[in-house]
Amino acid sequence: MSNAMDSRATESNHAQTSAADSVDAAMMATARGGYKSEEEKKREKSYGAVPKKNRYGAREFRDFLSYLLLTILGIIWIMPIVWVFLESFNANPEPYQATFFPTKYSFDNYRLLFTRTDVFNFPRMFVNTLVIACFVCIISVFFVLSVAFCMSRLRFRFRKTFMNVVLILGMFPSIMSVVAVYFILKAMGLTSSGMTIFALILVYSAGAGAGFYVMKGYMDTIPISLDEAARLDGCSTWQVFTRIIIPICRPMIVYQAITAFLSPWLDFVLARTICRTQDTFTVALGLWSMLQKEYIQDWYARFAAGAVCVSIPIALLFMFMQHFYQESMSGATKG
Amino acid sequence: MDEFRKKGRIVSAAAVKPAAKSARHGKVKKVSKDYVPPSPYSFRAAMAHGDVFTRLSIVIWGLGNFARKQIVKGILWLAIEVLGIWYFIAAGFPAIQALPELGAKPGSKYQDSEGFWHYRTVTPSVVVLLYGVCAIVILLVFVWLWALEVRSSYKAQVLKAERGHAPGFRQDLYDLTDSRAEVSLMFLPILGIFAFTVLPLVFMISMAFTSYDSNHVSKFDWVGLTNFGTVFSSRMSGDVNIHIFMDVLVWTLVWAFFATFLNFFLGMFLSMIIERKTTKGKPFWRGLFSMSIAVPQFVSLLVMNQMLQQNGAINRLLESWGWISGPLPFFTNTTWARVTVIVINLWVGIPFTMMQITGILENIPSELYEAAKIDGANWWQQFCNVTMPYIMFVLTPYLITTFASNVNNFNVIYLLSGGDPTPVGSTAGKTDLLITWLYKLTVDNSNYNLGAVIGICTFIVLAVVSLLTYHSSGSYQNEEAFR
Repeated sequence: MSNAMDSRATESNHAQTSAADSVDAAMMATARGGYKSEEEKKREKSYGAVPKKNRYGAREFRDFLSYLLLTILGIIWIMPIVWVFLESFNANPEPYQATFFPTKYSFDNYRLLFTRTDVFNFPRMFVNTLVIACFVCIISVFFVLSVAFCMSRLRFRFRKTFMNVVLILGMFPSIMSVVAVYFILKAMGLTSSGMTIFALILVYSAGAGAGFYVMKGYMDTIPISLDEAARLDGCSTWQVFTRIIIPICRPMIVYQAITAFLSPWLDFVLARTICRTQDTFTVALGLWSMLQKEYIQDWYARFAAGAVCVSIPIALLFMFMQHFYQESMSGATKG
Repeated sequence: MDEFRKKGRIVSAAAVKPAAKSARHGKVKKVSKDYVPPSPYSFRAAMAHGDVFTRLSIVIWGLGNFARKQIVKGILWLAIEVLGIWYFIAAGFPAIQALPELGAKPGSKYQDSEGFWHYRTVTPSVVVLLYGVCAIVILLVFVWLWALEVRSSYKAQVLKAERGHAPGFRQDLYDLTDSRAEVSLMFLPILGIFAFTVLPLVFMISMAFTSYDSNHVSKFDWVGLTNFGTVFSSRMSGDVNIHIFMDVLVWTLVWAFFATFLNFFLGMFLSMIIERKTTKGKPFWRGLFSMSIAVPQFVSLLVMNQMLQQNGAINRLLESWGWISGPLPFFTNTTWARVTVIVINLWVGIPFTMMQITGILENIPSELYEAAKIDGANWWQQFCNVTMPYIMFVLTPYLITTFASNVNNFNVIYLLSGGDPTPVGSTAGKTDLLITWLYKLTVDNSNYNLGAVIGICTFIVLAVVSLLTYHSSGSYQNEEAFR
């Protein structure tokens, strides 16, 4: 049981760190860890066995201290989340109220959020973001898989060069190119209000090939003998890719798909530069705008309601991903 | 065997080649085991050994392919040549010619044949610059394609001589799925990276050498290194000078240092408390701390920003408890603001670190602890000599990239403090990082040239820090360690 929880915890962690554009070098180690559960259980016994030697009183005191610390920290960590949740039901929609938690509760914020669509069309934003997210998810998974496969499995000239170039490109601050991307999209005629969805899909997924490092790290742990066996059976490189490597990479594909799916929900910098009119907004941009000076008086509580609406699907997706990861992890590389 | 090796350029086959090659030359040449020898069908070889068709294909693309009965390939090359030349005549060369001037002066008038005055419609310089940069990039690609085409002709000639016939179009297509799979697989991803990463970067970098700021929105000129001079000037007036720059740079590095290492050590501390053998309900505690991950980062940051305002929820709460008399200056006092963003970043980051380190703790081979126990090591010695080295071994590359992403951590600063407190008349706030300052300069103040200079400086800082460390890390040097 403990093993199951740990792998899940690890997985969700990866989803987020890489969402923050970091190359997760620990992936390999943790991914491999998924399938040596018996060893882990054995070690779990030995790890932390030393305090046993201490006297009982001291140990109980330490236990008490650690529970106290965990409780305090737990409250700090959970408080803002509870606050958003309660604030979304606040009957009084003004910001900066006299009490920390609301005093009266109602469903009005949710009702208004989905019906009063003249200023911020939340349902429209939600659909926009969903459409963008689906396309970005498909395209970037394809890009990442094919680049990672080439980097991990094939040997060709310019392979190292490509990896170094991507590394260097990643060091340029991405914000720097936001304005340039806008001009390029404008030159392509993609900034008119009907085309921004297409533009955002293009922008979010085009660079995905550069984020191959985590996937490559995972592919590097797949035994090369599998490829060789497939080749002796007459598979071409593409067949090795689609029939051998992709099925084994399923857990990482889920992880990659979900991070790609999440990026349009979380990014607001690019969206702010590209979407100039209300009806093209994405959820992140809309929520951000609700807290600007001109709207905050009316939209404060509805912002909280919108935040809860966005968090629920993302949290569900998270849990789903962890389940899937867990299941496929146990079968993949053993077979 | 030869067929097999040719068919699949798999790793083991590639590893055999360099050894054979160096043996033939009779000298020991050190090559990495990933080394792939250059193709024998080089441009130089094509010029030296090509026949008349191969050489003529310099002028008429695909001629060499036609001569070797590779009709479809020849047609494709010819089509690319025609398209390319048509593009350069119609748009490419005019765009490149306009680059030095960056478009005409605005407001110039001309008189038509009937004596009416018209204002010339002027293309904004930024569009001229964009098209010029695009045309140069396309020109480079065109030249590269040209070299490819000559090599393709030469290859057809050689293969025809060796086998009696050059591979047909069907065979070429099959090769794209097999021995040259990297071409078909990488084409679209590289196109995407080129169009939306490389091109914008070249474009932005070129802006650093122009006068594109709020005073020159439609027409600007090349100004050489003037902008670098402005950023590094010691004049106290102006939006940007060396003092503000150094302030922001130092704070960026301090922030990245604390954000990375405090997160790391406190996250490790937390995960070790949870992983204590006597702690009950481990899944519950982990779940509790990972709750904050499920809430999108920008939402929790915006909420935090609201809670920490002068009259926000936290100050209200503390006042109602009677702990403070006036509101705490979370984002109005420099030191308060800087500590606040670091602490809030801990709130955001520790759950990630915690779960990462939990995963690694689970993976430490139990033999290490058993051996340590047999040697009589106490808890602290086990921690210093087993746990810590193992975590550091796995996480060093991760720490480096985290440091880099913290230098570029736009969201936390921009959404949380917005760079506040900002001194009156200054473009950079006291909690602004280079990246948020850049964003403010470009998006809010339209000083694109200065923003570009700061972007280049950020890149240099990052490149120095990460290239040094990343290239010495295990995951780069020994990528096949786990196979």
